[in-house]
Amino acid sequence: MSIFIDNNTRLLVQGITGRDGSFHARQMAEYGTQVVAGVTPGKGGQKFDAGNGTMVPIFNTVEAAVAETHANATVIYVPPMFAADAMMEAAAAGIPLIVCITEGVPVLDMTRVYPFIREHGARLIGPNCPGLITPGQSKVGIIPGRICAPGPIGLVSRSGTLTYEVVDQLTRAGLGQTTCVGIGGDPIHGTTFTDCLMAFQADPATQAIVMIGEIGGSDEQDAAMYVGRDVTKPVIGFIAGRTAPPGRRMGHAGAIISGAGGSAADKVAALRDAGIPVADRPVDVVDLVRSRMPSSVPKAVAWR
Amino acid sequence: MNIHEYQAKDLLRTFGLPVQPGEVAETPEQVEAIAKGFGGPVVVKAQVHVGGRGKAGGVKLAKTPADARTIAAKILGMDIKGLTVEKVLVAPAVDIASEAYVGIIVDRASKRAVFMVSPAGGIDIEQVAAETPERICKLAVDPRYGLLPYEASNLAFFLYQDGARARAASQILQKLYAAFISCGASLAELNPLVTQPDGSLVAVDAKMVIDDNELDRRPSIAALRDERSEDPSESAARAAGLTFIKLEGNVGCVVNGAGLAMATMDLVKYYGGEPANFLDIGGSSNPEKVVNALKIITADPSVRVILFNIFGGITRTDDVANGIVQAVTRHPLRVPLVIRLTGTNDEEAVKILASHGMSAMTDMDAAVQRAVELSGRAAA
Repeated sequence: MSIFIDNNTRLLVQGITGRDGSFHARQMAEYGTQVVAGVTPGKGGQKFDAGNGTMVPIFNTVEAAVAETHANATVIYVPPMFAADAMMEAAAAGIPLIVCITEGVPVLDMTRVYPFIREHGARLIGPNCPGLITPGQSKVGIIPGRICAPGPIGLVSRSGTLTYEVVDQLTRAGLGQTTCVGIGGDPIHGTTFTDCLMAFQADPATQAIVMIGEIGGSDEQDAAMYVGRDVTKPVIGFIAGRTAPPGRRMGHAGAIISGAGGSAADKVAALRDAGIPVADRPVDVVDLVRSRMPSSVPKAVAWR
Repeated sequence: MNIHEYQAKDLLRTFGLPVQPGEVAETPEQVEAIAKGFGGPVVVKAQVHVGGRGKAGGVKLAKTPADARTIAAKILGMDIKGLTVEKVLVAPAVDIASEAYVGIIVDRASKRAVFMVSPAGGIDIEQVAAETPERICKLAVDPRYGLLPYEASNLAFFLYQDGARARAASQILQKLYAAFISCGASLAELNPLVTQPDGSLVAVDAKMVIDDNELDRRPSIAALRDERSEDPSESAARAAGLTFIKLEGNVGCVVNGAGLAMATMDLVKYYGGEPANFLDIGGSSNPEKVVNALKIITADPSVRVILFNIFGGITRTDDVANGIVQAVTRHPLRVPLVIRLTGTNDEEAVKILASHGMSAMTDMDAAVQRAVELSGRAAA
């Protein structure tokens, strides 16, 4: 089991002929993801070589791609000025899962995209995120497949490389993952920590959850309240940015301490108040997870 | 991107907002001439990107043009929180009957643009929020419809009892929303919005912050960036496509990814050191970025050791290794280098480094501890 993506995910790649889109379409296909279609306006009718003899049809519009291939998820690698439109086009075409990797989407664009996606009943992950992976089944985005392994841990994070660091340490320690989700570093994003915690709580295969937060906003505090109320599985936290100065944007557009509640100390306190142990160092995540896991968990085996 | 008060006022005027007149100057002579032109007392205001200019002595009233010249000579070149004042805004003094606050921000919780207005203007709105929250009215704008006239009117009547003034304020709110959206702002503030003795409204101070992600499609606004008002290392980093933030410590950090960069700084602190900077070289595998990163970090004389922390996912660690070799060959380092890299092509990376007499660690904690140790030793 897993959350959001699995063997049945039929993936569309928006921006499949671009530099990033083409590279990652091949990486995803190589991992085993069913890449069923690509969209690049003006290149409809052509084929994209995803490697291993897989020729992926390219369409001019998302609507045509969905009608032809029954894609049920899309990943977006288009430039920032076109990303809002790409997300809305996907939602309007009825795709239920939209993952936007693009970094640099204007925040006012997101104020329009967010309600549009909701009205169409779709789930948006990102933007400015590494995507997600269900090890051994499907990868949507850019998380390196070889650091993951199937297993009982659900992981959700606002970051990219920090996620890889923690996943790598979990896998090396024999703790595989059900699904790893990068929700993105922008101030307005489609899927929150709470959304992912809800999904992991409902997923029978997930036995423990790791959440990796950072400074800015109050998503982590909302998640802590939800955990205190409704999550029965063990949750382990980490918060990045304890040394970040207030008022400065630490790389991610959303990673800025402004007003009340945005600091690492506030978030750590909220998590601990909800009974969530918070690791002081990334390496401590592994020990905290292990100390709260049932002893019968089988060792993870690297999938590839 | 922060823009100066005078730039924000110029922009807002083009949207028809009643903004106090004013002219910008860079010399005391110019200030005197501008003051003469206005006639009567003027206010001389330092144009720097920091809050609390007034308290720092950067805003002064001048009764005569000669006064204005003397005051400008003091303010120009003044250091306010580490930034040198290069320009002043000269504006005719305004008679104040009352002061209000009007602002818009993008609010992450409601995922919308949110208006905040208060009849308690002229002071820091966060202070009002903390002390008298009932004196603030908030409204989240539905982006599909924009600020509707009745919504603007509701906010305006929260500010003013008088019907004519409320009608004028309602117009101001709608124009401010139009300016906010058109400029791709993430914050726009009129504080104070002054009621003059004759009952008319005028914005005496204005602040706008533009979303960096909007600048590509708004070249005229991007051109407002004032490089002189930033730390030079930060503008150099931006030109090189890096995200760099200068800090107070002595452990220089070069990391790929914002989250890992923050976690690395935190770990430096955890082991008793102090990070000298936040630096994200991003996901691309371009050796030139590494060269630029090292150039920017080594320009800081307080840096005692440089720590690389690279987790190769999309970033290829051999590219980073090549960048390090290129950089230290061109500009030999005067401080020790600690390299931690793991992930994509790390065996190749270690070979590249070894052939130039350098070594790399694989464990993040061990590398950070080593860097902290070296920073202490070098300082002693």
